[in-house]
Amino acid sequence: MNVKKTHLYNLHKNNGAKFVQFAGYEMPIQYSRGIIVEHNLTRTKSGIFDVSHMGQLFLNGGDDLTEKLQNIFPTDLKKLNINQSKYSFLLKENGGIYDDLILTKTKDGFIIILNAACKYNDLKIIQSRLRGNSLKLNEDVSLVAIQGPESKDILEKIIKNVSKLNFMYGNDFDFENEKIFITRSGYTGEDGFEISISNKKVNNLVNKLLDLGSNLIGLGARDTLRLEAGLCLYGHDINEETSPIEANLKWAISKNRVNENFPGAEKIKNQINEGVKKLRVGIKPNSKIIAREFTKIFDKSNNQIGKITSGTFGPSVKAPIAMGYVSKEFSKKNTEIFLEVRGKKVPAYVCELPFYKKNYVKGSINV
Amino acid sequence: MSEVKYSKEHEWIKVEGDIATIGITQHATEMLGDIVFAELPERGSSVIKDGTAGVVESTKAASDVYTPVSGEITDTNQSIVDDPSKINEDPENSAWFFKVKLKNKSEMESLMNKEEYDKFAKETSA
Repeated sequence: MNVKKTHLYNLHKNNGAKFVQFAGYEMPIQYSRGIIVEHNLTRTKSGIFDVSHMGQLFLNGGDDLTEKLQNIFPTDLKKLNINQSKYSFLLKENGGIYDDLILTKTKDGFIIILNAACKYNDLKIIQSRLRGNSLKLNEDVSLVAIQGPESKDILEKIIKNVSKLNFMYGNDFDFENEKIFITRSGYTGEDGFEISISNKKVNNLVNKLLDLGSNLIGLGARDTLRLEAGLCLYGHDINEETSPIEANLKWAISKNRVNENFPGAEKIKNQINEGVKKLRVGIKPNSKIIAREFTKIFDKSNNQIGKITSGTFGPSVKAPIAMGYVSKEFSKKNTEIFLEVRGKKVPAYVCELPFYKKNYVKGSINV
Repeated sequence: MSEVKYSKEHEWIKVEGDIATIGITQHATEMLGDIVFAELPERGSSVIKDGTAGVVESTKAASDVYTPVSGEITDTNQSIVDDPSKINEDPENSAWFFKVKLKNKSEMESLMNKEEYDKFAKETSA
């Protein structure tokens, strides 16, 4: 299989990127300054992320489309305002997660942003569930995120009125006589925006953002940022074997949809009513030891009670952090657990997520 | 005069008398990225040539640190455990890892000199 490149590949290369293959794409894992500097720049200033490998599905339609999608996703799409975004899931019939995604209702229909590794499979599933015409991802557009406290002012200098967007809302804007769609969202725990822009214009946009003081950030820092923010990475923290309830993402299931019909509804309803056996939790080792993905988790009596799904050093938390699944009875905050790292059991405890407090703002209200 | 030698596992070793000081190379730190964790062998423990004698972890992954010589650990550098970022800052000097009382000086013979190591590092990272 050919490795794909995004339309920003040369820009990454010219900025000292180290590349890694991710979901069939050659993506920058870091630039010359390194992951920790990039992480801190995003938390304190502004960072640019090329997320063009993600799938962008534009569906056109009115109430009939909303009705059809309502039968596929566990989110109350009818209640969404025009230009409002929601985090949701593409679910298996048994409640497992095919993908986590962002849905935005627009005046023309819906925009769905899919994970890179899942996008082609998602497309097949959505297509078969819609039983309509064949669907196609829009590969003429790139996707760029700009995140961090200074991003609002930087982007406003190029895109007038963009700073008036509320969190989890989007709209059309103009850039060099082109209509682009921007949402106030992201995956770092910081205020920021995601910009869908033509492949032709994306380099111009990113160069302008860099000139105004934003910084290129690779996938390495994207991972430490999202983990500190307690956000799941598909294929690691959630997958086809975990349900949204087990993943502690019940908040993303609209309450009034629980008793309605969508793939996985029955399992989710059962799990809400009867509880789950395992639950995703935050985990902090007592020492400086880092517990990576697949690390086994034990109780005091040496029984295995779960495993880690993501683990790293949190540059803002200044300590190792992890997420993983434990048996329900061990999921309470401050429960003492043990992590098997290099053959030794090291003490750790269960903690609340996120590790790092979010800085989301409400558009024009919180200036 | 003590010459610094290098291993294929990217450790440097400097011998004074029968004590060798060992750390990881600048090239290794560049490959690893930001180092956020270091684990050292216990003082007084015995290590065997090419055996593991520590761990370093970057934000990305964990890597073993090997000892290029056999002997007894006489000292370890606690300052890099307290602040692992020192390893990125000064890997081939103040951020040494451990000292070994050499058991067999002939083990030094198979190691590379600076020129050989630089060539090796360049070839293996290409």
